[in-house]
Amino acid sequence: MRERSKGYGIFLVPGFILLVIVIGIPFLMSLSVSFTKWTGVGKPEFVGLANYRSALADPIFWASFRNNLQLIFAITVIPTFIGLLLSVFLFDYVSDTLGTHTVNFFRTAYYLPQVLPVAIAGIVWGWILNPKQGALNSLLKLFGLGGLAQNWLGNPATALNSVMMIMIWFQIGYPLIIFMAGLQRVDPQVIEAAEVDGANWYQKFRIYVYMIRPELLVVVLTSMIYSLKLFSQIYVLTRGGPGTATMVPSYFAYQNFFEKTRVGYGSTVAMIMTVIIVILEVIFITCQSKMTDEGEY
Amino acid sequence: MHAQTKKKRITGKILTLILLTLIMVLMVFPFVVIITNSFKTAPDFAKNGPLTLPQPWSLQAIITFWTRVNYGQKLWNSFSISFSVAILAVLLSLLNSFALGIGKIKGTVGFLIVFVIANTLPQEVLVYPLYYMAKLVGLYDHQLSVIIIFTVIQSAFGTYLLSSAFQAFPRQLLEAATVDGCSKRQLLVKIVAPVSSSTLSVLFVFFFLWTWNEFFIPLVMLVSNAHQTVPIAISVTQGQHNMDMTAASASAFLGILPCIIFFVLFQRTLTKGITAGAIK
Repeated sequence: MRERSKGYGIFLVPGFILLVIVIGIPFLMSLSVSFTKWTGVGKPEFVGLANYRSALADPIFWASFRNNLQLIFAITVIPTFIGLLLSVFLFDYVSDTLGTHTVNFFRTAYYLPQVLPVAIAGIVWGWILNPKQGALNSLLKLFGLGGLAQNWLGNPATALNSVMMIMIWFQIGYPLIIFMAGLQRVDPQVIEAAEVDGANWYQKFRIYVYMIRPELLVVVLTSMIYSLKLFSQIYVLTRGGPGTATMVPSYFAYQNFFEKTRVGYGSTVAMIMTVIIVILEVIFITCQSKMTDEGEY
Repeated sequence: MHAQTKKKRITGKILTLILLTLIMVLMVFPFVVIITNSFKTAPDFAKNGPLTLPQPWSLQAIITFWTRVNYGQKLWNSFSISFSVAILAVLLSLLNSFALGIGKIKGTVGFLIVFVIANTLPQEVLVYPLYYMAKLVGLYDHQLSVIIIFTVIQSAFGTYLLSSAFQAFPRQLLEAATVDGCSKRQLLVKIVAPVSSSTLSVLFVFFFLWTWNEFFIPLVMLVSNAHQTVPIAISVTQGQHNMDMTAASASAFLGILPCIIFFVLFQRTLTKGITAGAIK
C-alpha cells in the first residue's frame, strides 16, 4: 500500500499551495481581524471580544438574522414543500395519465428561473415590481384591483415579503428536479402493493417522501446554507432597505467592509455566519452517515 | 359504468393540464414580460404600458443598452473569465484527486476534509482579505484575481467530487500500466484523464456556469467598467436615473439571454450533473 502511494504527493503540491493562499490565509486573517478595530488602512487595534459583544447588542445585526430566518422559510420550507407535492404528482399521476413528455415539458418550464444568475432574477423582478409602470401593478389595475397596487420594494411593510415571493419563484425548480430524480429509484412494486391495500393519495405520498429522504436532506440543508449567503438579490433590489426591512447578514458584512470601513466588525459578522454554516454542515454529515449506517441510502 | 370511469379520467386529465399550465404561467410570466417589453419603443411603452405586445417590434432599446454598457465587451469578459476558470479548475481538480483518489497518499482523509471545508466557507469571510491581498500585489481590478480565486474555490469542490469518483476507478488498469513501465505522469495523462473524461466534462460545464453566475467577489474585485462581467455590469446600471422602462427591460433581457442559450446547449449535462451532485 505504502509502496503504491509513493510518488503521488507531488501532484497535490500546486493545488494545496493555492488553497492555502486563496482560502487558508484569508480565513485566518478574517478570524484575527474580527478581534480588532480596523478601518482597512493603518494598523488594526486589538479589542478582544468587543466586536462580538457589540454584534450581540446591535439591533441591525439581529434584524439581519431575523430577516434571514424568514428568508429560510421562502428558500427552504415553501419550495421544498411545493417541490415534494409537485414532483410526486408529476411522477405518480401525470406521467401515467399524460405521458413522460408532458412531465418533462412542465419540469423544464418550472426549472427555468434556476438558470438565471440570482442578480439577474432580481433585476427582472425589480422591473416587474416597479411602483409606477411595473407589470404587477398594471396587472392589478387591469383586473380592477388597483387599490392593492403599491411600492412593493419601497414599503417597509411589503419589502421583505416581496423578496420572499421572488425567492420562492426562483427556488422551486431546485427541489423539484432533485426529487424527480430521486423518485426514479422508488420500487414501483412498493407503490402497487400499497394501491392493492387501498392506500389513499396521502398514504402513497408519505411512502414516496419516505423513500426520497436522502434527497430531502440534501435539499433542506443546501438551501438553508444558500439562504444564509443571500447577497446579490438584496444588492440589486433593496440594498437592505427600506431601513433595515430587508437587511441580511451577508449584505450587512459587505456594508461594514466597503461602505462604513468597519472591517473588524464586518469580519465578526462574517465569522458568525461561518460558525452557523459549519454547524449546519456537521448536522448534515451526521444525518447522512446515520442514513448510510441504516443501510437505507 | 365503464363509460363513467372513462369520463372521470378525461376530466382528471383536463383539470391536471389546467393546474400545471397555471403554475407554468406563474413561472414563465416574468420571462415573457421582459422579452416583450425589451422589443418595445419608449413611446409604445408610455402609451400601452407593460402588458401588451410590442407594436411595432423594435430592437432600439436593446441596441441602445448594448452600446451603452458595451455589452460585447462584458460578454467577452464573462466568457474569458468563466472559460479560464473552468479549464484551470478541472486541471487542478484532476491533479489533486490523482494524488488523493488514485494515489491515496498519506493523510488523504485529512486533505479531503480541508477541501470540503474550503468549498463551503462563505465568501464573506474571505472577501476582505482577498481584496486587501489583491491590492497588495497589484491584482485589484484585474480579471486575473477573479480567475485565480474561482479556480481554487471551484476546484475544492471538484477535488472532493473526483476523489470520491476515483474510488471506483478500475485498479487493474492502473496496475497493468505500472507493470508496463508507465510513470506516474503517463498514468495521469494516458489512463486516468481519458477514462474519466465524461466526469471531467460535466465538471467543466458546471464550473463555467457557476463562475458566470458569480456576483459577490467579482463585484468587489472588478470596479472599473471595462473589466466587469455581465451580471455585475447590468446590476450597476440599475437605478441610474436616465434609464427608462424599456432600457431597464432590455438590460434584464441581455442578462437572461446567455443563460437561456447555455441552458439549451447544456440541458442534458445539467440534469445529469445536478442529480449526480445531489447524492454524492
